[in-house]
Amino acid sequence: MKDYEVIIGLETHIQLNTQTKIFCSCKADSWGAAPNTNICPVCSGMPGVLPVLNSEAVHKGARLAVAMHAEINPVSHFDRKNYFYPDLPKGYQITQFDEPIGKGGYLDLQMPNGGTRRVHIHKLHLEEDAGKTKLDHGLRLVDFNRCGVPLVEMVTEPDLRSGDEAAQYLSQLRQLLRWIGVSEADMERGHLRCDANVSIRERGSQVLNTKTEIKNVNSIDAVRQAINEESKRQIELVESGGKVVSYTLDWDADTGKLSMMRSKESEADYRYFREPDLLPVVLSQEEIARVKAELPELPLERKARFESEYGLSAYDAEILTSDRGLSEYFESAVASFGGEAKSVSNWMMNDLSRLMNDLGKTASELVLTPASLAQIIRMVEEGRINAATGKSLLRKVEESGRAPAEIVEAEGLAVIADSDALRAQIEGVLAGATAEVESFRAGKESLLGWFVGQVMRATGGKADPKRTREILLELLKQK
Amino acid sequence: MSLNQLSALEIAARVRAGEIRARDVLEASLAQIRRLDGQPGSLDEKPLDPAEDQKIHAFIRQTEDLARQQAEEVDRKVAAGEDPGMLAGVPVSIKDIFTLKGIETTAASRILSNFKPPYTATPVRKLMDAGALILGKTNLDEFAFGSSSESSAFKPAPNNPWDPSRVPGGSSGGSTASVAAEEVALSLGTDTGGSIRQPAAFCGVVGLKPTYGRVSRYGLMAFSSSLDCPGPIARNVSDTALTLQAMAGLDPHDSTSSTMPVPDYLEALKKGVKGLRIGLSPDYAHLFYPDFETGELGMESIQSEISQAVEHAANVLADLGAEIVENVPLPNTRYSIPTYFVISRVEAASNLHRFDGVKYGYRTPDEVADLQELLRRTRAEGFGSQPKLRILMGMYLSAVGFAENYYQRALKVRALIRQDFERAFDPQGEFRLDAILTPTTATTAFKRNDFFGNSVRMQYSDQMTVSANHAGLPAMTIPGGLDGNNLPIGIQFIGADFREDLILRAGFAFEQATRDAAWRSVRPAALRQEVE
Repeated sequence: MKDYEVIIGLETHIQLNTQTKIFCSCKADSWGAAPNTNICPVCSGMPGVLPVLNSEAVHKGARLAVAMHAEINPVSHFDRKNYFYPDLPKGYQITQFDEPIGKGGYLDLQMPNGGTRRVHIHKLHLEEDAGKTKLDHGLRLVDFNRCGVPLVEMVTEPDLRSGDEAAQYLSQLRQLLRWIGVSEADMERGHLRCDANVSIRERGSQVLNTKTEIKNVNSIDAVRQAINEESKRQIELVESGGKVVSYTLDWDADTGKLSMMRSKESEADYRYFREPDLLPVVLSQEEIARVKAELPELPLERKARFESEYGLSAYDAEILTSDRGLSEYFESAVASFGGEAKSVSNWMMNDLSRLMNDLGKTASELVLTPASLAQIIRMVEEGRINAATGKSLLRKVEESGRAPAEIVEAEGLAVIADSDALRAQIEGVLAGATAEVESFRAGKESLLGWFVGQVMRATGGKADPKRTREILLELLKQK
Repeated sequence: MSLNQLSALEIAARVRAGEIRARDVLEASLAQIRRLDGQPGSLDEKPLDPAEDQKIHAFIRQTEDLARQQAEEVDRKVAAGEDPGMLAGVPVSIKDIFTLKGIETTAASRILSNFKPPYTATPVRKLMDAGALILGKTNLDEFAFGSSSESSAFKPAPNNPWDPSRVPGGSSGGSTASVAAEEVALSLGTDTGGSIRQPAAFCGVVGLKPTYGRVSRYGLMAFSSSLDCPGPIARNVSDTALTLQAMAGLDPHDSTSSTMPVPDYLEALKKGVKGLRIGLSPDYAHLFYPDFETGELGMESIQSEISQAVEHAANVLADLGAEIVENVPLPNTRYSIPTYFVISRVEAASNLHRFDGVKYGYRTPDEVADLQELLRRTRAEGFGSQPKLRILMGMYLSAVGFAENYYQRALKVRALIRQDFERAFDPQGEFRLDAILTPTTATTAFKRNDFFGNSVRMQYSDQMTVSANHAGLPAMTIPGGLDGNNLPIGIQFIGADFREDLILRAGFAFEQATRDAAWRSVRPAALRQEVE
């Protein structure tokens, strides 16, 4: 079998999280609403209506373009894409054809070997969403709630080489979209939609062969799976002497199978022309500068900075920058803590992360502030409380909202600092465990752990484990 | 003089002063409609007896209940000392291409025969807010496609009150007929290539196409989005100015509506024409018509009485102190109809895409196998031949492989047409014009069925008017005389961007100077026959 390379380009549609739709004042987010309850004459294509551009959609589109390192076109235009479909009420979609808001751009894909590869963007433009249709007992029902929601369409060059890479791209894209606040990017709710274009060629060839288009992939895993299935199919087809035909394929998530939808040979002529009902979209130099200034430090930049500035490992830095709120939490905690960033990252990646998972909260939603976390860590490292107490404090602070030091005081959680008091507790434990004491002295030294446990019980967990061991050994080795 | 013969200014002034009641004005209007209009347009075409055939048929639908409510409200406000509006009690008709909430709006098409809009068009709402009484929706060419009103799916089509064997013009034929027949004082029409001005000229009334963007298009069922202009139709220039005042202005629902401030148009009328520079162009002295074999543009004469009326108007204005500037070149005018064919059809085809039987309007009652069949049958059954012709042409001209040569090229020619006018109006240029005076049409009203069926010849009726649409400029037609058959002649003033004030001034000056002219005392044939 020959050595084949898989060539993948991804076409994504990103739903912007503006308040209202792109050309009218209906809500942009109507997830869960009853059909046709979030519509108006404009987005339902009534005769005589006219579109009015939502400037927030332009602003967010521009922000995304800048974050993707694209050039902003100071003057862009809307065009009509004409075709018939029941979910397209005007019979044309208002989109940007030849003069879109963004030109060029790229995303640096994190490769598993540690390097990056640049995925170039072929197209980045604003457009309006269509509605939804569904089949019900032989009737095709149409819901216009989603008509007119603002979308950014972003198409990559065929720079991806595997299902895994495609999944990685989507994962990074999703992170970026949430990071810069332009989209919730939840694929399951349709905020981020993806079609994949797949072709194959012999490794070493520079030619681009006939591609197929996969639609209806509703999760990152599905994208990976579908691409893998399709590339396998194409390779098998070509190996057995067949030719790849340009088709649109539908992915069935339940069966994990691809089926032919329609041939792409007879593509519609959309008769694009300038939308006469809208003015050109003009972004002044000041506005473009403002968009650029508003952009936060991006995920990859912050990850690199965490590695250099805080000495974190690449792995840790990646986890802590997976979510913008989490990364900000981390920095805030480190600043408050004033000590080793590593301590903070350990606590966050283990115990705090476990707590967040249990409660289903993101870092931004926590009641436990970064300052409080820093306080807890400090108290443990100073020996004021022991590690176990520290861990339990996380939940106590989260649930009560009280300061950690306050809870320690109120519940008397401080480590027993006084050696004499501790010694007295230990002597008490030993006095009540004479059989075990004898066993220990007879050679069963593994019982030390048991003694420590008993001391912990007796002191309500407030004994310092190290000191306890020292004193136990001292007392047990006597006599 | 009965109340329906009064001007809008007169009616509003008297109603506001409490001298007459809106409900009495309404009754006079309704009586005139009953006397003259005959049966309203309907999808059921029945043969008409000779008397019925000669009626005006301006209306598709009368809205008597609505008008009564409005009249009561006006009278209540006047009695309560509240402001009833600048058009208080004025009877108005609306071209049935504007949406009116809850009342069937058809565009004279079967495909919308049962459509009740959920909202009211902005220009209509503004007239209503100003206290006007909406008497009904007037008949038009289907979707405003045409220059005779004969292509309406709602028969009978409107007739010209001056001679009911002739067309009123189009596409706003019902509107202009209703004003000429004194059924209403004002009408709201639309002008895409001349659809207010040509029928206004044919019906001997005043029709104004404002600057593109001066009046909101929200609620105007679109024909050609970059050319469509809503505008007023009235029996004199002052009424036209008053109506424009009520309708003009920025609308947040229309991105192409202008932020330019709206001046006081009535005030402007008083300024006269002394010192105004009014241009005459040799390019408007003939009709340019192509030889379909060679593609060469040949010249055809304009009806001589019309040329004479323009010349006469120039003399009158010169006597009033205007400076007449001759030989102003507007050479790209001759390409305005071919350019219009291309641009308007491309936009119209796209604008008609939404009529698919899915959401509103007509849907084929037949069983269909799939979506394609639903679309095909619905649109084949719902659209008349004019929409079909325009869709076919529009699709062809914007198709991949053709768009470059047709649509894209037409846009460039349009820019050239605009440049001709910029040169003429340039305050630093050679001509420095305030207005351009031209004929409105090449002929007076033609007979019914003369051109219906010959789309190309029909379209060429708009040659004098369409350049103003291409250039986005305001243009107004006013009565300029009568021909040997006692048919109205229209003369046209074209102005610079947002200078409606100047063309209103020029028109008003001519109107006042000729108010005692013999031809002004001749009444339309339909009105001469009425029972006093």
